[in-house]
Amino acid sequence: MKERRLERIDEIVEAHGCRREQLIAMLQDVQDEFGYLPQDALRRVSERLGIPPIQVYGVATFFKAFRLTPRGRHLVSVCLGTACYVRGAPAVLGQLKRLLGVEPGGTTDDMEFTLETVNCLGACALGPVVVVDGKYHEMVGPEKVEAILEKYGTIDARRTKGNGHAEVPR
Amino acid sequence: MLKSRDELERLREEAMQKRAARESFVTVCCGTGCQAHGAERVAMAFKDELRRRRLSPRITLKTTGCHGFCECGPLVVLHPERILYVRVSPDDVPEIVEKSLLGEEVVERLLYVDPTTGKRVVHEDEVPFYKKQMRLVLGNNGLIDPTEIEDYIAIDGYSALAKALFEMTPERIIDEIKRSGLRGRGGAGFPTGRKWEACRNAPAPDGVRYVICNADEGDPGAYMDRSLLEGNPHSVIEGMLIGAFAIGAHKGFVYVRHEYPLAVKNLGIALEQTRRYGLLGEDILGSGFDFDIEVCRGGGAFVCGESTALIASLEGQIGEPRPKHIHTTTSGLHGKPTNLNNVETWANVPLIINRGADWYSKIGTATSKGTKIFSLVGKVNNTGLVEVPMGTTLREIVYDTGGGLRDGKRLKAVQTGGPSGGCIPTSLLDTEVDFERLSEIGSMMGSGGMIVMDETTCMVDIARYFVKFLTEESCGKCTPCREGLDRMLDVLTGIVEGKGGDGDIELLEELSGVLKEASLCGLGKTAANPVLSTIRYFRDEYEAHIKDKRCPAGACRALITFSIDEEKCVGCGACAKACPQDAITGKKKQPHKIDADRCIKCGICRTVCKFEAIKVV
Repeated sequence: MKERRLERIDEIVEAHGCRREQLIAMLQDVQDEFGYLPQDALRRVSERLGIPPIQVYGVATFFKAFRLTPRGRHLVSVCLGTACYVRGAPAVLGQLKRLLGVEPGGTTDDMEFTLETVNCLGACALGPVVVVDGKYHEMVGPEKVEAILEKYGTIDARRTKGNGHAEVPR
Repeated sequence: MLKSRDELERLREEAMQKRAARESFVTVCCGTGCQAHGAERVAMAFKDELRRRRLSPRITLKTTGCHGFCECGPLVVLHPERILYVRVSPDDVPEIVEKSLLGEEVVERLLYVDPTTGKRVVHEDEVPFYKKQMRLVLGNNGLIDPTEIEDYIAIDGYSALAKALFEMTPERIIDEIKRSGLRGRGGAGFPTGRKWEACRNAPAPDGVRYVICNADEGDPGAYMDRSLLEGNPHSVIEGMLIGAFAIGAHKGFVYVRHEYPLAVKNLGIALEQTRRYGLLGEDILGSGFDFDIEVCRGGGAFVCGESTALIASLEGQIGEPRPKHIHTTTSGLHGKPTNLNNVETWANVPLIINRGADWYSKIGTATSKGTKIFSLVGKVNNTGLVEVPMGTTLREIVYDTGGGLRDGKRLKAVQTGGPSGGCIPTSLLDTEVDFERLSEIGSMMGSGGMIVMDETTCMVDIARYFVKFLTEESCGKCTPCREGLDRMLDVLTGIVEGKGGDGDIELLEELSGVLKEASLCGLGKTAANPVLSTIRYFRDEYEAHIKDKRCPAGACRALITFSIDEEKCVGCGACAKACPQDAITGKKKQPHKIDADRCIKCGICRTVCKFEAIKVV
């Protein structure tokens, strides 16, 4: 398994010509492959490029695009660009946090959903926009969130109705 | 493979003849906005219908990049008449083909309706959104398929390159750009010609110089660079080629956001075709000039829009800026002289070379020449990309082109310049937009985001939003930016949560001063703009939060309560059903009540109520 993974990483590094200029693109491709950046992958990339692991780790943690932990089966991205924000994205995010029980960047315990926020998708005419697994949902209000999530998986019923204040993430 | 200028001209002739031979063509906008509306299915439906009726090649289909009128997507335009159909669905396609392409009838229900007159508009250029625009750079997006190089060649593409290579010296080109008055469209507005000249004159012992296209468009609510790369990548490539020839560079990079997959794809296709046609690579058009371009994807860091941070990132380092006492034009990528310009700047270059500096410098204001593309978004009726001459007033942009505010709301402010720009109040709507005027009133041009805000946007909350954004995006290298922004965010969060106190405004102003003076790069130096401009123009809102613990816009959750207006409530129960907290009770057809202790102010009741009975105070 691990061997196979390293082989795949080598392929990606070579596809980008083993060039340092392409480090971000390589890491993105590795992440597309595994859903996140495993530690051994970062090491392998550093060995192949001949740069210190700290530099690869630095890039992997500096840029927003990368994550070092596995993500859930479905990726829910809420656009918090200014246009979406003034059209009510904060209320949409609030409802998503409540329903999923996680903060942005978090993954539900059952590994079904990962919630993240993005700065702008440039689809401002559609705002507020929520993207689930690459599909755009437009003009989303807080009342539409539950129905959208249900298309992708079951959300824990306890989280959705009358759970009082204590567990509500603010 | 084109080996000479003559061969390019012959190819152009052929491409133009091919275009002239067809009776008409249909364009479907497949920019990211229209795609999200299902434009690809519309394009597919056209393809099927044209094939089924054996109309090709008499009538052809073109999938194009963004036309700009994102509000009404998917957009379909029938050429040569330029009939515009809006919000087209695949089911409409057979009717369009039958009536408008084979017949001469217009499909009334798909026409754009001018909301002010209620009249249907048939032709694209009669739509108010397009009327006041001057689409020099963006206009071709609607005419060409970005994945077909011959489309670009047919509309005079690469003729500016040929002119530069065979009729002009590098010095003449630089002089032309200088005289045109073109300034950097990425935000800072540095004169492009002077930058080129500095890079050309910088000593390069090994002869290596680089040009870079900054396509790391990070301003939230701004997407004009993406639309250019998606819809007309060759115009950017041609600009870079001319710049590289003038500067003496043989290698270029495009640093593009990874969040823009379609732009990355279309740019890749365009580069591959350019190489295949001999317009990129060695001995371009037999001129002896060599140049190639490599695409590098960004990793989603706002600070990488800053030139030195971008260059660090290109070198495989983390994207931290460095002090600029030595300019990148002297020592940039790998320590070589490097010229970096923004996407829109590059796309302006072929225009200037073809039509001349004299023509170009007649457009715009005394200090800002040419046009500027803005992405007009937020609470405006016509969201989209707007290209207007510099010097157009905000009022013209928001009302004439943008069609005014949504939902009959009142305009409160227009925010320009991205997260480190400023909020401009309605009293300054007649400001003529150019680099200097926007700075004078405490905002800036930035890359061209223009966000329209109405009375429901709280100006303190929006300042907090921008500061939060910048805090997260601050690279952390210099203390004023890292710690100063963090501290400002604390103060602003306190204010919107009702914990503000005397002296908060003054503290924000003091911190802003330090940020401006002492930060390392442009991000920190301008980061206080949203705070300073909102204090300057909307001080009363800050005071209402601090002194009266009240949010006049009804947006700050800690300071508002939801209640039901008994006069308006009909007791339909929609809110009670939707409330995630079961906080709303009441009998059928009786006014309902909200239990303030259970209410978490999620706002769902307000969005589901059809009678505007939910009050927020």
